[in-house]
Amino acid sequence: MNARYLPYVMILPVTLFLCVFFIYPFVLVAQQAFSVDGSWSLANFQEVVGYWKFPISMKNTLLLALAVVPVQVILALTMATMVTKMKTGRDIVLYIWTIPLGISDLAAGIIWLAIFEQSGFLNSMMHGLGMVDRPVNFLTYQNPGIVFLAIALAEIWRATAIMLVILVAGMGLIPKEYYEAAEVFGASPWKRFLRITLPMLRPSLQTALILRVILAFEIFAVVQALGGTLFPVLMGSVYEYQFDLLNSGAAAAIALIILVISIGFTLLILRALRVPKGATI
Amino acid sequence: MSDVAAQTPRDTRSAGRFLYVAGVVFLVAWVLVPLYFLLINTLSSPDAVNSFPKSFIPEFDMGSLQFFAGFEGMLGALWNSAVVAAITMVISITISAPAGYALSRFHFPGKYLFRLLILLTRAFPLPLLALPLAVMFIRTGLDDTVFGLALVHTTLAIPFAVLITYSLFSGIPMELEEAAWTLGCTRVTAFTKVILPLILPGIAASAIFAFVISWNEVFAAAVLTIENRTLTAFLLQNLDTSPLHLKFAGGFILVVPALIFIFAVRKYLFAMWGIANR
Amino acid sequence: MTLKMKLAGAASGLAIVVAATAAQADVLFWSTQAKPVEESQAMRDQVLSGHSEAVDYQPNDAGPWITRLQAELEAGTGTIAVLGGLHGDFSAMNPDDLVDLDDLGVMAASGTFNDLAKLGTDAMQYIPWMQASYIMAANKEALQYLPDGADINALSYDQLIEWTANVHEAVGEPKFGFPAGPKGLKHRFFQGYLYPSYTNGVVRTFASDDAVVAWEKMKELWAHTNPASTNFAFLQEQLLNGDAWIAFDHTSRLAAAFNERPDDFVAFPAPAGPTGRGFMPVLAGVAIPKTAPDMEAAKALVQYMLDPATQIATLKATNFFPVVDVELPSDLPPSVQAAGNAVAIMSASPDANPGLLPAGLGDKGGDFSRVYSDTFERIVLAGQDIRTVLDDQKKTLAAIMEESGAPCWAPDAPSEGACPVE
Repeated sequence: MNARYLPYVMILPVTLFLCVFFIYPFVLVAQQAFSVDGSWSLANFQEVVGYWKFPISMKNTLLLALAVVPVQVILALTMATMVTKMKTGRDIVLYIWTIPLGISDLAAGIIWLAIFEQSGFLNSMMHGLGMVDRPVNFLTYQNPGIVFLAIALAEIWRATAIMLVILVAGMGLIPKEYYEAAEVFGASPWKRFLRITLPMLRPSLQTALILRVILAFEIFAVVQALGGTLFPVLMGSVYEYQFDLLNSGAAAAIALIILVISIGFTLLILRALRVPKGATI
Repeated sequence: MSDVAAQTPRDTRSAGRFLYVAGVVFLVAWVLVPLYFLLINTLSSPDAVNSFPKSFIPEFDMGSLQFFAGFEGMLGALWNSAVVAAITMVISITISAPAGYALSRFHFPGKYLFRLLILLTRAFPLPLLALPLAVMFIRTGLDDTVFGLALVHTTLAIPFAVLITYSLFSGIPMELEEAAWTLGCTRVTAFTKVILPLILPGIAASAIFAFVISWNEVFAAAVLTIENRTLTAFLLQNLDTSPLHLKFAGGFILVVPALIFIFAVRKYLFAMWGIANR
Repeated sequence: MTLKMKLAGAASGLAIVVAATAAQADVLFWSTQAKPVEESQAMRDQVLSGHSEAVDYQPNDAGPWITRLQAELEAGTGTIAVLGGLHGDFSAMNPDDLVDLDDLGVMAASGTFNDLAKLGTDAMQYIPWMQASYIMAANKEALQYLPDGADINALSYDQLIEWTANVHEAVGEPKFGFPAGPKGLKHRFFQGYLYPSYTNGVVRTFASDDAVVAWEKMKELWAHTNPASTNFAFLQEQLLNGDAWIAFDHTSRLAAAFNERPDDFVAFPAPAGPTGRGFMPVLAGVAIPKTAPDMEAAKALVQYMLDPATQIATLKATNFFPVVDVELPSDLPPSVQAAGNAVAIMSASPDANPGLLPAGLGDKGGDFSRVYSDTFERIVLAGQDIRTVLDDQKKTLAAIMEESGAPCWAPDAPSEGACPVE
């Protein structure tokens, strides 16, 4: 087969599949965002952006992504490094660390609410240790900082495993010879990590980061469980417009705004972590 | 480029060792403790779930689990979920792995656009797309079939599968493949004999994602299946309005099969280490 | 090897698909009500099992519910036989998509409900199915702090505030619970309880001086409200775990508390304000979409749902009360007895000021409720000036009323054309 066409042949099945099951419905929905009563209009965008909660939701979504994703990168890298060094129990530790993957965000919200609510586990623990006389109310409008922290913790707990699995798979591909050679030259573990692991891991890191960032902008169920009405996020307003207000044009408009932000960040990450072709070492 | 750190004194090394073990233990606890709370609440009577202070030892009350065991159609729904997840896994890996390979090995016009298309899929909320999809499914007869639902779940799994296989192919040196060619392999045999074993962790990772995405997806499952509903559509969609003790038990029942699956696949994530000293 | 096995799994999956579609389809009852797993199980086991045909009862969140329905309507063919939903769910729909049900020979005992069910047309678009209301509930521990001379069955808002303040002072933390979470029904409290009790209106009086007083009272009440209320949506949970001692919510969202610990809680009517004891019904209905696969089976199911025996079974299963005249048996669950009592006292009280459900808002029903929720969030949570917020939100409300053209409903004085915001 002519090598010029080979890549196209290889991406054809996925492309066709996505055209039918994604692009087609996507175009239909996106049209709604740009039309009111059948004619071209930006009114939907004006409506959603003009709503008083929009700037708050936008700020919350961005802040949360900015707070959570870097922690997750560091944590996932640490965990992946730890796993590769492990001699005994590697299997079981890795397994435990990937468990949160299997937990839906709704279930994660339920679990973390049980921890943070007034009669929850955290209060029971502090009460049992004599740190507090009466249960503390963490998730209230007087403590926006704690609400934010609780949501961030739950997200870090739930979604770090996504990055971990990708990074572990990627680290497995780094030939041991590099490390052995570096050790011979007397490079410290930290130097080995910086000079070998990180650069060699760049493709996986890029993928993990992109997927995680995109998912971070779609955060919803955990936030709703812990933040209630106190912490509106963009994805919440998509559902509100679509299903409570039955305004699919406005819902599509916000969804498109999220999409644009996601794509913007993706391009940034792609640029920052460019992967050389074929990974010539 | 010699380094002083090479002559680390013994006590700092054992301190480092301690730090390392403590770190692992802490992170294991960090994952397990919230799950343990879920277990406690699952195995508690409604009274205990609502009590304060909470007990940190489960009382092994099976009432909540028994309630779900008595739910008609649980087994059918469980089976449907497994089948949908399996089909999702097979299709998404089969069509995504070649695309991941193409992305990592070739420069071709439209590559950037293709990557963006893959990412767009993940960046747009599915519940908005469900209406046109459902109309399409009803018209084509895919409606209320596990196969139709698997197609939608595949759409969600594709970005993971394409990008993960892409990043792992990128990590495999081109020279390895070229060497195989010079040793008489065709492009195809080089792929199956040399590259495929190396990509196993990627396949395993993609499989985990495909399975978990499909397993936990509620919205499309609720809209697109009626008679053949999945366990998630069956249980999860109404969990948040249910009494607390049932919320936890339902959440627990959903978590267990996903955990079993990840357990079964986890060793493939390490497939590389066995042959790392190549 | 593993791949082969997976393919085999996929193939057997396909075989199941084929087998399943060949099976006889049950009558599909697609509902937004009785969603909690125990209630839906009871609907299947105790209510629908008595019907002559097999019924598949599927309760869903509003999202999947409306999406599936719209898809079937758009495709022109469907599997949904009967729809179950609130008045608001149906009034947001196009009446043409629902089958006229006048010829069924069943309807509610209340003429008001039957009129609502016409959705502004000449014929019944849905049949009233069951009703509920919002009430108050309290932990018996709280009763000792009732203000002197206060009758729990005839409280005023001032007494309620005093009571919650007493509890707050005695226990050291605020113990009033209010469903202000994202899935909570707080807007119904403002529309059906606070506004009618203080302004004798909902729309006309939205920004009146009386409304300013109402919101001031709301702020006073909030000072003694558990601040975690912004996460609350089912007050039965907080009553049971003790985070709230006094609570306002939908009768079916309080039921678990009474059923699990009947001796620990009391139910009582909502409080009264200067213009009476405002309260509001919840009305659920059953309808048939025009795409129903088997019209006769669907109609038979609707008729069955209105049967007195079914209505009593439904009451036990869901805590929603019958809409037809039935004699209630004595073996009702504690939640039903408690709620039934409170509602009866509330309706029979001399200062009762019953409100109606919003009608004629069409698909603006969600926007209408959002006006009240937003007002609450801005005044009470964000602490903005009451007058400024009301004047601001008034514009949004006026635009909604104008666009939908909905006339006023009780307790607002009737209007010609769209209900004006004064």
